[in-house]
Amino acid sequence: MTQIELPSYLEQSAPVRARFDKLKQREVILEVKHLGKQFNSQQGLVTALKDINFKTHRREFVCVIGPSGCGKSTLIRILAGLESPSSGQVLLDNKPVFDPGPDRGMVFQGYTLFPWLSVKHNVMFGLEMQGFTKATAESEAMNWIELVGLDRFADAYPHQLSGGMKQRVAIARALANKPRILLMDEPFGALDAQTRSKMQENLIEIWRNIDITILFITHDLDEAIYLADRILVLKANPGEVEELIEVSVPRPRHSGQFISPEFLATKKRLEELIHPPTTDDDADGLHMIRMAHVGDDVEVME
Amino acid sequence: MSRATRWFAVRQALSKKQVTTLTVLSFLLPILLWSLVSYVPFLWHPKVEIMEPGSIAWFKPGMLVDRADFTEQEQLATEQQAALPTGVRSNPIYLPAPHEVAMAFYFAFTTEPTRSSEQWLHESLWHSIQIIFWGFTLSSLLGVPIGVLCGTYVAISKLHEPFIEFFRYLPAPAFGALAVAILGIHDGPKIAIIFIGTFFQQVLIIANTTRKLDVALLEAALTLGAKRFQLLFRVVIPGILPDLYRDQRILLGWAWTYLIVAELIGTSSGITWFITQQARYKNFDNVYAAIIMIGIIGVVSDLLLARLGKRLFPWEKEQVKV
Repeated sequence: MTQIELPSYLEQSAPVRARFDKLKQREVILEVKHLGKQFNSQQGLVTALKDINFKTHRREFVCVIGPSGCGKSTLIRILAGLESPSSGQVLLDNKPVFDPGPDRGMVFQGYTLFPWLSVKHNVMFGLEMQGFTKATAESEAMNWIELVGLDRFADAYPHQLSGGMKQRVAIARALANKPRILLMDEPFGALDAQTRSKMQENLIEIWRNIDITILFITHDLDEAIYLADRILVLKANPGEVEELIEVSVPRPRHSGQFISPEFLATKKRLEELIHPPTTDDDADGLHMIRMAHVGDDVEVME
Repeated sequence: MSRATRWFAVRQALSKKQVTTLTVLSFLLPILLWSLVSYVPFLWHPKVEIMEPGSIAWFKPGMLVDRADFTEQEQLATEQQAALPTGVRSNPIYLPAPHEVAMAFYFAFTTEPTRSSEQWLHESLWHSIQIIFWGFTLSSLLGVPIGVLCGTYVAISKLHEPFIEFFRYLPAPAFGALAVAILGIHDGPKIAIIFIGTFFQQVLIIANTTRKLDVALLEAALTLGAKRFQLLFRVVIPGILPDLYRDQRILLGWAWTYLIVAELIGTSSGITWFITQQARYKNFDNVYAAIIMIGIIGVVSDLLLARLGKRLFPWEKEQVKV
């Protein structure tokens, strides 16, 4: 088998470079400064996140990836205000944030629609919390429901919807508050492959059409490359920024690009970062022969 | 065999027909057993009902004697060549036959009470239902809010639950004498016993139900801009409502179990008075009728509440009963 010659993932075509230059000119929406998080656990003090620094610009799409246990969920929960950092700061529009608020919309991996409210009332929830009248909230909510293509299901209850539809409602619900940034914590992780790629297309479509900055957590490399402008790669133990990659795949993105040289080059780089070559004594690298002999003589066979 | 006709597949749903059959059987089998014991003379029937006393002086027509005594007297009479007593095998007085209870059930509502001071069965029942209603309502008025608050705010939980946890081990009837001393001999102490029996369990159960609400829903609400009381009134309460309703149905059943004890306190009243009174007159058919009546009220009211629940909470997924 011959190895295909891939360009460097750092190589950017002129339009892509121009786009990144323009993007970095835009105002900073979210800034994370020296963010750290430590937990008290039975094994003592555990450092989940250590000195995280990054910025997202207006209308940027940032994905966060990393091996399991790298603290990506903790990071997004801190950004949402659901947990507080042990050190460092989160700035939204240059102002520090501490508590959860409607200026940072959140879409969770699990389905968090309110089961007692119809689709319409779920989307109206945030608007009502902010004191909009029922009528205003309703017409506003209907716009967002239409945007995610669920107007026929406005009166359905969440349990009547499929997983993908539920997440579309969750996106509409978060966007209805007109947040400055949309935080998404592996939102498509529980969906099957087909629904997932459809949802990715949908999300890109929505993102292109409205003024929204997105920070998206995933462990799926293809998903990250397909969606993101930049990918924040974390490493585990402790969770630190490994690299912030500018995705060189041109926009508009489409599924045909999955085998383009830029895509593959980026993917190769991500794989190197996330799955470094394993050593022999690595627990993940168990030999098949060892798995086959379970008993007293589980010795390493040389 | 097709899936639907299999009767003993582990935790597999049965067909509608199978379920109906089993439901009917679950009532029919005990009734059948009861009928067998009542109507088949050689099954059990440890007594003999005297028809003709014959020469036996202490036998009276209609009297129930042990079978051994009867044969002994019969033998004695044969030896003395005196007139033989006759009788038929019968069950003890405390086990009336199904048809007797069914008749009592009917007559209990149609015959006037023997004494003018006494109440009709339906009046006794109505009185009992009122005791339950007030006991349970008062308990719920306090217990539900406290339970919800305990389940929502840790501070409130830590303030209330340790004491309630202790208090719930004190048997409610133990407070009978105290309740009479404080509340008099009429309905007051009875309602108090139902209250004590229900309230403490209620707070703990509802607090637990509240705690089981998915914390992700609260987090979602927070990120949507909900604040303190909005969280309580717009998320916690609607979120637990179907489960809270189910808890209340179970607790109502518990309230009924305290009824008999409660009604014995002070002046005996309601269905308990009816049962003890009828037992005193040895009208055991009436006693059974009254006990069955309590069961019917319980099951029917729970069925109605379950139906109502389905209407009230249309967002609840179909509950799979296994």
